[in-house]
Amino acid sequence: MPKNYIPILMFMALGCLFPLVTLALLRLIRPSDPHKAKLSPYECGVDPVYQPRERYTVRYYIVAILFVVFDVETVFLFPWAIRYDVLGLFGLMEMLVFLGILVVGFIWLWKQGALEWV
Amino acid sequence: MFNQFFQVSDIVAIYPQLLLALFGLGVLIVDLFLDRPWKVLNAFTALLGIGYATYALFQIRRFNVSAYNGAIVNDSFAVYFQFVFLIATALVIFISARYLSIEGEHRGDYYALILFSLIGMNFMVMGMDIITLYIALELMAVSEYILVGYLRTNRQSNEASLKFFLLGAFSSGILLYGISLLYGISGSTDLRVIGQKLAERPANDPVTLVALVTLAAGLLFKVAGVPFHQWLPDAYEGAPSPITAFISVAPKAAAFALTLRFLFIALKPLQVNWVPMLSVICVLTMTVGNITAISQSNIKRLLAYSSIAHAGYLMLGMIAGNDYGITGIAIYFLVYMFMNIGAWTLVVAMRRKDLIGDQIQDMSGMFQKNPAAAVLMLIFMLSLAGIPPTAGFIGKYYLFASVIQTKHYVLAVIAVLNAAISLYYYFRVVVVMFMNDKVDEEKMVLSPGVLTTLAVTLAFTLIIGIYPDPFIRFAQNSLSLFQ
Repeated sequence: MPKNYIPILMFMALGCLFPLVTLALLRLIRPSDPHKAKLSPYECGVDPVYQPRERYTVRYYIVAILFVVFDVETVFLFPWAIRYDVLGLFGLMEMLVFLGILVVGFIWLWKQGALEWV
Repeated sequence: MFNQFFQVSDIVAIYPQLLLALFGLGVLIVDLFLDRPWKVLNAFTALLGIGYATYALFQIRRFNVSAYNGAIVNDSFAVYFQFVFLIATALVIFISARYLSIEGEHRGDYYALILFSLIGMNFMVMGMDIITLYIALELMAVSEYILVGYLRTNRQSNEASLKFFLLGAFSSGILLYGISLLYGISGSTDLRVIGQKLAERPANDPVTLVALVTLAAGLLFKVAGVPFHQWLPDAYEGAPSPITAFISVAPKAAAFALTLRFLFIALKPLQVNWVPMLSVICVLTMTVGNITAISQSNIKRLLAYSSIAHAGYLMLGMIAGNDYGITGIAIYFLVYMFMNIGAWTLVVAMRRKDLIGDQIQDMSGMFQKNPAAAVLMLIFMLSLAGIPPTAGFIGKYYLFASVIQTKHYVLAVIAVLNAAISLYYYFRVVVVMFMNDKVDEEKMVLSPGVLTTLAVTLAFTLIIGIYPDPFIRFAQNSLSLFQ
């Protein structure tokens, strides 16, 4: 039984060694030329003005939650679309029920003003 | 359209729940088109949904349908508890409308959440598959977390909701750990198969014991057994009073029913292990609940600790595990629903524009101001204490008799002593109502909804106490758990 774990141990050792060896090797080979533009977070974009760890408005959470709703919907829609020929009418009905519940929730959110950015 | 995934019986088994889901979503949509004075229509929509679902359940009550490849079983045990939930929810909806208007939070999603929670509870008693059971439990719990924090501008309500949520999530984690161990042991999610596999394992197998302990801890959190009860008084105190009435009855019954399913189907082979464990917790729950209740000055906290103590009495039925015990648990929940919702209704009615009404002192001189309400409270308190002409006695009689039958005499003696302790704090409320002088002239406002709930709860508290036969026969249905 413990014998079976030897490959896993070897794998873990190799996994740890690989990045260390690579980084050490590259340090010897690569040219080192740090300058201001290279060290900035976005090399080809606007320079950051604020600290990243600021408080931001709670509205972003609603947008994020709305995104998750549609994300999960897609996760369910894709497998159904691929196996549509097997699932047939039953699958279509199931999907309609699922989408119906989701749409009711979405209409409710919309009417509550979740999509408005006051 | 029916194929290997799906049979007609599946729809029949969950037909009441489908109706409830439809009405829950309907309330959400209808609410959007209602102006403020018409929000009470939402309550009627929700009640209509419960009415339809009750009718549908009444029609399928004898079918004993097994659906979704055995994941859901609508046996008489499940049907009995579903009736209890439906009645409890209807009673709570009756007392909600006026309270929410006073709090200025009368919105349709309240009723939708209650209905969703009801669906979760119904599936909790029907489930035979641990995944189904867990999802049902979470559907119930998540709806409750929101409902407890429903008073958005009230800090106490928010705090209660957060505590309830954190501890609930924590206990769900422990429960899931136990569930995963059960699945690991048996390779199945079906409670019956798990029971068979556990029986094949050697006695005192450490893995099964760990699974038993974690499962029991998770379930005891949900029923608030000592030492897992700390969330309950805070959640009950902060929540809107109608919601407290709701979560002190229906979800507690659902959690007990779920525990019964686990203990008597999946964990039946470990009965020698869980009976002593449960006995200790039962004694602790009764004693701590009753003794802590003595020192409470807030009626909501007092009733919260009393509900902990009642959970302790109910555990007697599980420990006995015989016909009397299971019938006792079933009848006790029916009785407890009526008397507890009745008592909470009076707490709800105490709420006025200028008074929260949750201190026991607020009830001073109630007999002078509202004699009828004071007498009602007296009857509910008598019933909660288990005094003979009321329904509470019948429930306690069955539970106490069940442990005497199985020769757990020590437990029976401790339970009776506890019932005596509980008399003290129930009567403290009565003394304040009848003996103290009134502090103001303002009377209680009894809205039609509150009056309906009071009438129903009073009627059943007395009828079950005086003529319990039909209700006991009804409760004996739930014995299908053993078959």
